[in-house]
Amino acid sequence: MATLTRRASTDTATPGTGRTGVRRALSSPFATLGVLIVTVVWTVPSLGLLITSLRPQQDVAQTGWWDFFAHPHVTLANYHDVLFNGGFGVSDGLMPYLVNSIAITVPATVFPIVLASMAAYVLAWIPFKGSDTIFFVFFALQVVPLQMALVPLLQLFSGGAHIGGATIFPALGMGGTYAPVWIAHTMFAMPLAVFLLHNFIAQLPRDLIEAARVDGASHFRVFRSVVLPLATPALASFAIFQFLWVWNDLLVGLTFTGGAPESAPMPSRLAQLSGSFGDHWEILTAGAFVSVVIPLAVFFSLQRYFVRGLLAGSVKG
Amino acid sequence: MADANNGRIEIEGVTKRFLTPSGDVFTAIKDVSFTVEPGQFCAVVGPTGCGKSTTLGMVSGLDKPSEGTVKVGGKVVDGITDGVSFMFQADALLPWKTVLANVALGPIFKGASKAEAQARARDWLRRVGLAGFEDRYPHQLSGGMRKRVAMAAALINEPKILMMDEPFGALDVQTKAIMSNELLGLWEQSRPAVLFITHDLDEAVALADKVVVMTSSPGTVKAVYDIDLPRPRGSVQEIRFEPRFLELQHQIWDTLREEVERAYARTAGGPTEEGKAA
Repeated sequence: MATLTRRASTDTATPGTGRTGVRRALSSPFATLGVLIVTVVWTVPSLGLLITSLRPQQDVAQTGWWDFFAHPHVTLANYHDVLFNGGFGVSDGLMPYLVNSIAITVPATVFPIVLASMAAYVLAWIPFKGSDTIFFVFFALQVVPLQMALVPLLQLFSGGAHIGGATIFPALGMGGTYAPVWIAHTMFAMPLAVFLLHNFIAQLPRDLIEAARVDGASHFRVFRSVVLPLATPALASFAIFQFLWVWNDLLVGLTFTGGAPESAPMPSRLAQLSGSFGDHWEILTAGAFVSVVIPLAVFFSLQRYFVRGLLAGSVKG
Repeated sequence: MADANNGRIEIEGVTKRFLTPSGDVFTAIKDVSFTVEPGQFCAVVGPTGCGKSTTLGMVSGLDKPSEGTVKVGGKVVDGITDGVSFMFQADALLPWKTVLANVALGPIFKGASKAEAQARARDWLRRVGLAGFEDRYPHQLSGGMRKRVAMAAALINEPKILMMDEPFGALDVQTKAIMSNELLGLWEQSRPAVLFITHDLDEAVALADKVVVMTSSPGTVKAVYDIDLPRPRGSVQEIRFEPRFLELQHQIWDTLREEVERAYARTAGGPTEEGKAA
């Protein structure tokens, strides 16, 4: 965070009337106070969550989390319970679901980025008949709600598609694996990913791309050595959005895995826990905190790409 | 695929039309014909928006003419032309790569090994006077130095045709003169055919063997002048005072002025068609 603020402040030196006006308004003492208040209001429940997850069960049952400051008893037993024991008569802990979540989220973030960045490059930089139409269709597909496509897609995966006796799409037999979730998330992500990346990639300086083309680089070469590095900020921001969305997703994960321990992601287990252990806050908060830590780590490790990418500036006169 | 081996560029009756977003047809250049001999330095001057860059795009194969043909080395251009290098007003350097890696990209794109490409890049950086700056990044260099890097990057593949799209347009007058001299020095060594686009008539006359004057939209060839100033020309600052230079410069300017004024009137909202009607 410290580096972010420092770099942002050097950026202020560049002139730009509209932006400096906004900047000045945002750096007034009242604005600072407002931001401080919002930050505190926003952070206190998370702090409560963390503290509750660290307190022994009887403390949680008897007093509020703020009582922790008067009687600081700290235990990691809740984490042990929720990860490995499941606690209170349930055999499995969260651990297999955590592994599932990672095994679902990483490919479901990488696939759409790879496919969408290639599609965006082709649509932005290789002129061919119908490219505008294809882009428009991608754009229009954003309005299709995920919830509407969910059940037909599930039927297609599990039963295939048939007209009369003829099979036009075979049943894939992927039940109990991660593949249906990956495919579903990738498909749902594509319209927005192509749209965002296309807009970014189309704005890249023509000179850089044409110089490489004339030097004899193939389209794939241009894509890999010129476009991808230049598009890093856009790729990183989309990666963050997609990672957080897939990580927090319950609906798609639950639909395509049926909540089975061998492939279901963590939110489906957390939903079960809050049903069966509604009283055991110490278990729930520990589980919730486990699910928060990984996206936080992803965010903080990727955020520097925003700043670096935005300030690098490629073609300067 | 067109090959620039005998780098003769023949542009014959080329017309290029674009479809504007509103669906109208915009004619960028119309019936343009001229020839650049191998090893000849040809400058194209004309007012803004006369399709000079469009012409370059079609010679390099990045773009296709709507009518007419572009031939390089006797063959019709179809796909990216071999043996061509580009230099733009904005230097097309990758900001996350060092100077050395930027210059080495050309041979790497052509399929050379990394070690070989770097050895050649080092040699070219020395030739443009940037030995010792191999490990800098583009943003650590001055505008003139970046221009030298771009020049090394354009020449490292030893092109038979060098296309320059207002390469020194963004430089200050002094740096521009220095870079022009360096360009002439490097050009004398390998003598590629050069297609040099510029707004600056003095620059065109000082550098080129041949000056093509274009009219504004749609771009057509208005006149072609042969510049018979002897080579080597020495410093471009000195040559400006030669009587023959001034003579040619006046002659071409008379042709160009009318076009520039017409283009200016159009962009500045001066006397337009409606104005004349009223």
